[in-house]
Amino acid sequence: MNQSSILDFRSATSFVPILVLYSNDMEMISKRLQEKIASAPGFFRNSPVLFDLSELNENDMEIDVAALISRLRQLSLFPVGIRGGDPLQEKQALALAVPVDSGRSRSNPVLPEVQKKDDAVPEFQAVIRDAVHAPAMMITQPVRSGQRVYAASDLVILAQVSAGAEIMAEGNIHIYNTLRGRALAGVQGDIEARLFCLDLQAELVSIAGIYKTIEDLKEISRKKPVQVYLRDQALIIQELS
Amino acid sequence: MARIIVVTSGKGGVGKTTTSAAIAMGLAKRGHKTAVIDFDVGLRNLDLIMGCERRVVYDFVNVINGEANLNQALIRDKNCNQLYILPASQTRDKDALNLEGVGRVLEELSKDFKYIVCDSPAGIEKGAYLAMYYADDAFVVTNPEVSSVRDSDRMLGILASKSRRAELNMEPIKEYLLLSRYDSDRVESGEMLSLEDVQEILSLHLLGVIPESKSVLNASNSGIPVILDEKSDAGQAYADVVARYLGEKKPLRFIDSKKGFFRKLFGGK
Repeated sequence: MNQSSILDFRSATSFVPILVLYSNDMEMISKRLQEKIASAPGFFRNSPVLFDLSELNENDMEIDVAALISRLRQLSLFPVGIRGGDPLQEKQALALAVPVDSGRSRSNPVLPEVQKKDDAVPEFQAVIRDAVHAPAMMITQPVRSGQRVYAASDLVILAQVSAGAEIMAEGNIHIYNTLRGRALAGVQGDIEARLFCLDLQAELVSIAGIYKTIEDLKEISRKKPVQVYLRDQALIIQELS
Repeated sequence: MARIIVVTSGKGGVGKTTTSAAIAMGLAKRGHKTAVIDFDVGLRNLDLIMGCERRVVYDFVNVINGEANLNQALIRDKNCNQLYILPASQTRDKDALNLEGVGRVLEELSKDFKYIVCDSPAGIEKGAYLAMYYADDAFVVTNPEVSSVRDSDRMLGILASKSRRAELNMEPIKEYLLLSRYDSDRVESGEMLSLEDVQEILSLHLLGVIPESKSVLNASNSGIPVILDEKSDAGQAYADVVARYLGEKKPLRFIDSKKGFFRKLFGGK
């Protein structure tokens, strides 16, 4: 019954060392890294690392990203992200399963048009959460029974959501109509996410994994606009006046 | 170019075949050359409702497999020479149909016919999928009860996402609601959902309400589409449906309870 017992998405902040490069000399980089690792092997062994190429690119110093990544891996480091790279470098990194830290990517301000054309990049960028800037997904057609919608952003629905439909968003959900299906906001663990709808007849509502089913919603007055949010781990359903 | 209509519902027993037969006959009676295809391979019924079961030689599956050509398989209706029936095979199952074959048959029919009515089987599996895939218009047949409404809603989701029009990003299938087996007395007593209840859930363009009627069963038994029974309420309701589909304005009938209905008839207005 309880689907949430299988897995959960939570948002969290974790600390990853950032390797900022000032030189493109691979041998020098390798040497300095070995020295660093030797000084604190317990800390660096199998450690994730995010590398930052912005200093190099600032000074037009080219670097072979593929070689860098394989060198890092040889040294028992796990590169988990590239930052400050240009589109080509990002692409090379993605090809080796190293995602782009989009917030500080050099390609955003400098070469936006190249970024748009490159469809491999946004797909991987979704891995790194950037909800604040993602445009809301907009749905104008009814969401029918059996249909599912997932938005990696806010979700705005202008039509009804039928019983048996399931809508999910990493951010807020706005429904300017009747909600009869299941609606899950903040599915990546955003406890600030909220759900708004004009008529709450939902089978289930959830914010960041905390949910109420239709049984718990019985006392909610229908045909009134409501918002649903979390306060102290409790789901609050409140009429909007 | 023909207009392809799918008559669908998700749930079984709601009146898809009765509706397919009635509207195909209604369109043909108005002079539009119409074909009606039974997609319910393995459980064919349309031939019975149309009263042509003794004249079935070749069927839809034979045509798809190239064992017969269309003209051999099409049966001309005995009541209307503008109407042709393509029966399903009773000895096969849904896997005998395939998307490409169905597409070929519909394309060939399109050259010659104005309307093609596809009588969908129940469910949302292969047969129902193939029946709706090429459609331009969908008649969603719903009974005024919750499970039928839920299934129709599911079917509408499939129409909106899995049809050819959806896949090719064309203008979506036009969806129409046909509320059948409507018993206004039971609606009034709260045993059945009302038209308003159904519309609130489905919010579709309403083509008509078909009242629960003995004439439907009589028509099925005698193999004459109910629309030809012009005295019956269901027959008149289907005639209205066809008229509305062709763009005529007709006031809704048969939605008030029987008492109200007679009051309207005799009490005057």
